[in-house]
Amino acid sequence: MLKLNVYDRDSITPLRSLMTNISSLLASLLAIGIVFFLCGVNPLYAIAKIFTGSFGSMYGFQETITKAIPLILIGGGLALAFRAKFWNIGAEGQLLMGALMGTWVGLTWGSSLPSSILIPLMFAAGFIGGAFLGLIPAILKIKFSINEVISTLMLNYICAELITMLIVGPWKGNTRFGFPGTNNLNEAALLGVISGSRIHYVTLIIAIISILILSIIVYRTRFGYEVRVIGENPEAGKYAGIDFFKTTLVIMTLSGGLAGVAGVGELAGIHHYLGYPASISSGYGFTAIIVAWLAKLNPIYVLVSALFFAGILVGGDAIQISLGLPGATVQIVNGILLVFLIMGDYFLKHKVIVSFVSKNSEIACATKK
Amino acid sequence: MEDVVISVLHRTMVAGTPLLLGTIGEVICERSGILNLGVEGVMSVGAVVAFVVTYTTGNPWLALMAAILAGMIISVIHAFASITLMANQVVSGLALTMIGLGLSGMVGKPYVGKPLAVKMNDFAIPWLSDIPFVGPLFFKQSPFFYMAIIFALAAWFFLERTLAGIKVRSTGENPRATETQGVNVTLVRYICVITGGAFSAMAGAHLSTSYSKSWIEGMTAGRGWIVIALTIFALWNPGKAIFGSFLFGGVFVLQYLLQPVGISPNFLAMLPYIATLLILFGMGLRDRRRLNAPAQLGEPYKRGER
Repeated sequence: MLKLNVYDRDSITPLRSLMTNISSLLASLLAIGIVFFLCGVNPLYAIAKIFTGSFGSMYGFQETITKAIPLILIGGGLALAFRAKFWNIGAEGQLLMGALMGTWVGLTWGSSLPSSILIPLMFAAGFIGGAFLGLIPAILKIKFSINEVISTLMLNYICAELITMLIVGPWKGNTRFGFPGTNNLNEAALLGVISGSRIHYVTLIIAIISILILSIIVYRTRFGYEVRVIGENPEAGKYAGIDFFKTTLVIMTLSGGLAGVAGVGELAGIHHYLGYPASISSGYGFTAIIVAWLAKLNPIYVLVSALFFAGILVGGDAIQISLGLPGATVQIVNGILLVFLIMGDYFLKHKVIVSFVSKNSEIACATKK
Repeated sequence: MEDVVISVLHRTMVAGTPLLLGTIGEVICERSGILNLGVEGVMSVGAVVAFVVTYTTGNPWLALMAAILAGMIISVIHAFASITLMANQVVSGLALTMIGLGLSGMVGKPYVGKPLAVKMNDFAIPWLSDIPFVGPLFFKQSPFFYMAIIFALAAWFFLERTLAGIKVRSTGENPRATETQGVNVTLVRYICVITGGAFSAMAGAHLSTSYSKSWIEGMTAGRGWIVIALTIFALWNPGKAIFGSFLFGGVFVLQYLLQPVGISPNFLAMLPYIATLLILFGMGLRDRRRLNAPAQLGEPYKRGER
């Protein structure tokens, strides 16, 4: 007879945490392989292609870094929000709002301001746009106890429709041959790239600095401590006199604002005009949720996990092209990874021992007691 | 004029049907204490499975059965993660949505844009459908509509008036006390999550084999999330869910009604989402304790812990 004994672990060492994460990733690769197999795709080829496509060539690696930029920014912000158990699922919308604000600044002052003023202005506007959208669910949650999962999601849909409304209507460019989208931004509003790649390094530098600031905030300030208390023990937080409203507002200003900055980066660094919302946000807001979770909500680790997931996105594109798979493939991979990561947490907190016991020895054990 | 009113109200019922089916499932699931944010994904799986089976066999009823089965199977992911492994229910539900949307996109890719030769036909109930006004409104509908109404009433009766229903509710309110009464909390929660998945999949089947007779990626269009809001709006009561669902069905129909007036279609497309926020806003103004939310909603239950 198979017997499962479960014990609580007293302490969790960083090594065990790392090992659990790695085994979760391996287990999820196995599951992904099975799904691929069932869908008639050679799993070994597909999984190998994901990794060679993203990390196996100079071009792939450059693309991976390019896609890591928004994931770092958003993932860092989500790590902060999730620490306070504020489930911000609205990074897609916050990114779009940032792109929208950036477009507005870029189109309005694109020809009158020099790059050195225009670009910081666009990033600032993007931050404000994202933060504004992030503050709405924060206020709704604290003041009207509205579930933030639903409100942030609804705002995603609303933002996407708002942008579509603008690009087929008032903002529609006259150089688009009737297709939806604004005109290209002026040269002054575009971000420089590392030559030969699409890496818009200004956003990358902002992203890395943001992560450093976030990790100081989380681990070195009173505010960071309050964020953790709100998430882990709200009762104690109330008792200690933490202002939930103020803290949540700050969290969501940062989380939404960083997503907005990512939106400006995508706009001015990659697309150069505001087009269909789905192509601008491309699911970064959702992927970043897993990025933050894999990083165990530690901003520094976000750098690594963002790179990893950017690789999966790039590799996903590669297998879509070579195997003719739909864009949804990446979502399956992401979803399975996320499930295995959260399931792995159980084995981090508990020790599970599987033992084979024969009927007799069980009775013997019972009588001994 | 009367024809127009009937046609608008009829379409309202049609648009509200998947919302009602999904809400019944989510109410049952949340009443047992498990928050399932995977509705959108499971709905999408239900839609694609129902479409593919109808397309290949020409039998929409077989397709419905297959969709329900698929919805139940995929919901086990959430049940296992959140009940057995006590994982965070928000994250686990999101993961289920991702997997569901991804799988349905992958499975459905060859079928995008293909029309169905057969669909779930409307069924006029003899005699009753001849009643003026009421007849065409309530008794000339797709079988999904009848099922939604019957299941909503049955779920209300089950939860509020039967012993098994009390077990489900007390599992969501106080699992520890329930366990001491000899109820297997884990089993109850598993059954409720899987039942919820069955209803979400039915809602999806309605979308692809009755509502639109086609499959495109993302055709659930956030209905799964609206269902979660409706669950709150209905105060976790399947009876009240009937009202809420058809109210929202009306919002969906409003989009098409207002389009000829010259309002931007993109603005109109925002309406269901804005309405969801407004409704939750209205609920938020009420006293939190009177909301009747299951006390242990979203909290993992660990046996033998004091």
